[in-house]
Amino acid sequence: MATPLIFAAMGGLLSERSGVMNIALEGLMLIGAFSAAAGAHYTGSPYLGLLIGAVAAGLTAIIHAVWCITLRGDQIVAGTALNLLGIGVPAFLLQRLFGTAGRSPAVDRLPSLTSGLNVLVPAAFLLAPLVFYFLFRTKPGLRVLAAGEHPRAAESVGVAVDRYRYACVIASGVLGGIGGAFLSIGDVSFFTTNMTNGRGFIALAAMVFGNWTPFGTLGAAIFFGAAQAVQIQAQATGVPVSKELIIALPYLLTLVALTGLVRNSTPPAGLGRHAAAD
Amino acid sequence: MRGIVKRFGEVVANGGIDLAVRRGEIHALLGENGAGKSTLMNILFGLYHPDEGEILVDGTPTHFSGPRDAVGAGLGMVHQHFMLIPRFTVTENVILGMEGTNPLRLDRRAAARRVAELGETYGLRVDPNALAADLPVGMQQRVEILRALYQGGRTLILDEPTALLTPQEVDDLYAILRRLTAAGGTIIFITHKLREIAAVSDRVTVIRRGRTVGTRTTAETSAPELAALMVGREVLLRVERPPAHPGEPVLVADGLTASGEHGGAALRGLDLTVRRGEIVGVCGVEGNGQTELVETLAGLRRPDGGRVLLKGRDVTGADPHAVRLAGLSYIPEDRHERGLVLGFSLAENVLLGNADDPPFSHGGRIDYDATAAVTRRLMTDFDVRAPSPATPASSLSGGNQQKLIIGRELHRHPDALLAVQPTRGLDVGAVEFVHRQLVAERDQGRGVLLISFDLDEILDLSDRIVVLFDGRIVGEFASGRVSRAELGLRMGGRGVDEPSLVA
Repeated sequence: MATPLIFAAMGGLLSERSGVMNIALEGLMLIGAFSAAAGAHYTGSPYLGLLIGAVAAGLTAIIHAVWCITLRGDQIVAGTALNLLGIGVPAFLLQRLFGTAGRSPAVDRLPSLTSGLNVLVPAAFLLAPLVFYFLFRTKPGLRVLAAGEHPRAAESVGVAVDRYRYACVIASGVLGGIGGAFLSIGDVSFFTTNMTNGRGFIALAAMVFGNWTPFGTLGAAIFFGAAQAVQIQAQATGVPVSKELIIALPYLLTLVALTGLVRNSTPPAGLGRHAAAD
Repeated sequence: MRGIVKRFGEVVANGGIDLAVRRGEIHALLGENGAGKSTLMNILFGLYHPDEGEILVDGTPTHFSGPRDAVGAGLGMVHQHFMLIPRFTVTENVILGMEGTNPLRLDRRAAARRVAELGETYGLRVDPNALAADLPVGMQQRVEILRALYQGGRTLILDEPTALLTPQEVDDLYAILRRLTAAGGTIIFITHKLREIAAVSDRVTVIRRGRTVGTRTTAETSAPELAALMVGREVLLRVERPPAHPGEPVLVADGLTASGEHGGAALRGLDLTVRRGEIVGVCGVEGNGQTELVETLAGLRRPDGGRVLLKGRDVTGADPHAVRLAGLSYIPEDRHERGLVLGFSLAENVLLGNADDPPFSHGGRIDYDATAAVTRRLMTDFDVRAPSPATPASSLSGGNQQKLIIGRELHRHPDALLAVQPTRGLDVGAVEFVHRQLVAERDQGRGVLLISFDLDEILDLSDRIVVLFDGRIVGEFASGRVSRAELGLRMGGRGVDEPSLVA
């Protein structure tokens, strides 16, 4: 359950550490989920579908990057627009391509390695140490952090802030897209409208809850994923509690975690700030 | 630099500047705020491109298309507002942008060693593994200098480097600069303070309104000559201040405690008395409770404990309007954030805080004609240079904006005046005017509390000087009875009584 959250949250982490707010994860996941299903349908290969989902979401993230970085637009508005795009565009294309409303034709799923685990699951868990090594042990990582903390200072020592931010935003699109693809061609074998059901926002919450650190974010994503698993189990086994309450459980937990426990969180200082006033 | 011209639209920021700096000297660039010093340095550093003129390095015309080129040519910039990343270590800050060649591995330990060695060489000792945020301001500046050196800088530009330092840190800085020039480095030292020219520079170039007005050898010039060059007329460098005749207490803080912006105690039992007819100067390093003190006195912040008395009346925790009515006027430290509504006209700004009283309003209806008349009078009395009361405040220079605020606040005939950094960012001419006004208010029997980070201003104007450190007053001196060094030590927390361990 945590896999799509981990991918999306790591994407959000990269983007925000470079200083660009990314509330568009939900939309990026939806674009990825749809494109992966459509790609798998036309190519017949779930792996090519995954690739297409990742690329499509990466391309969509470029819109966010151009808007927020080059045009210095409002990052919240841009993110909201992309989230709406993530609902509208797949619905429109479902109608045009498949003549259906709300659900794509069935496609092949990503094959399981062992019982029910496809290749994305271990990849998700490898992602956190990878992101950690990149940010805190490499030269480009240091520059990403500098761009996120104090863009003007980074610029003044010759760091091409905008370029690093572009790369990070696009990476967040690719990762969000993979997270979405996991839902449509990993979990099940079709795309349904708005199938992410707020997971993009939960991923965002996991990133905040994890205090913008890779391992903290990983832990938070697992926690929120577990909450969702509990919810599904509880529904299936028929625990004598109101069904609505059980469905709301992961979201309620997210809310509690965010309001109650993130007093000491420290977002990147340069989040949402631009390099030069010129 | 030869014949540099830079325009921003209609505005000519640099209208023909010549600057020749010799290798191995400390060259001061002197000019008022807005004279074009920063623009010039941004051109030199490749951030702006000149519309006319050329830059020569060792006699060869050079074109800088960005900071990288300038760094490549051996220039290094130490910014007025430090460009350090608080959450990075010293090493990370120094090496950023020049981390080495391996993109996949960053050897922090080797880098820290190199930074430490470089610091050793130039006497810039600082712990390479400390977080920038944990360092005092003087240390942060050393990190900036280290970074410039690490990047190969042999000519360093320092933009108003002493603005945030204590006197001791300033002395340390001077020593560092002398060591750098002794080692063959060159320093360009931007300032508007005359005292610093004499203290550290070999030669000085003065610019006024975007033009070079002269270059002098420091040893052969004098402060009055430089001031006249800078302003364009003779300036009184010290305000005439006859002895004070303090009367009864008018503004009293009694055991004030208050928390700061981020929780935590900012004022820890502060006692302060201002009498009629005296100027009390509060000196201290920024961040020792100045903001909280001002806000508590002005009614903008509710104290946790203690009392504020205005003319003997308890106004603790009263709102700003009530405090104003009770007789306190407030010249805020940030005229854009607190003092003015920039989009409003001068008359509307004069109306602010006065709208309840005649002649500004009658029975709830605002009298704009009367307001304009008062504004016109204030403009004459306080030398606010602007076309009319309908001019938007945003189009005035900083000095004229400040004079308007002072006019508005003094128009109320307050009993006590709270002046916070009243001359920050003003040129010498405007500073002279503001200082004279403050002394005049004192002589009319008002109590003036002056809070400033400019030690010279405190020393020049105050009848009594108190030192604010860590939310308390840690020293009180009569004017003229204390040296800069003594004040500096107190400001740094030296000589503060240790809490007694014996009950």
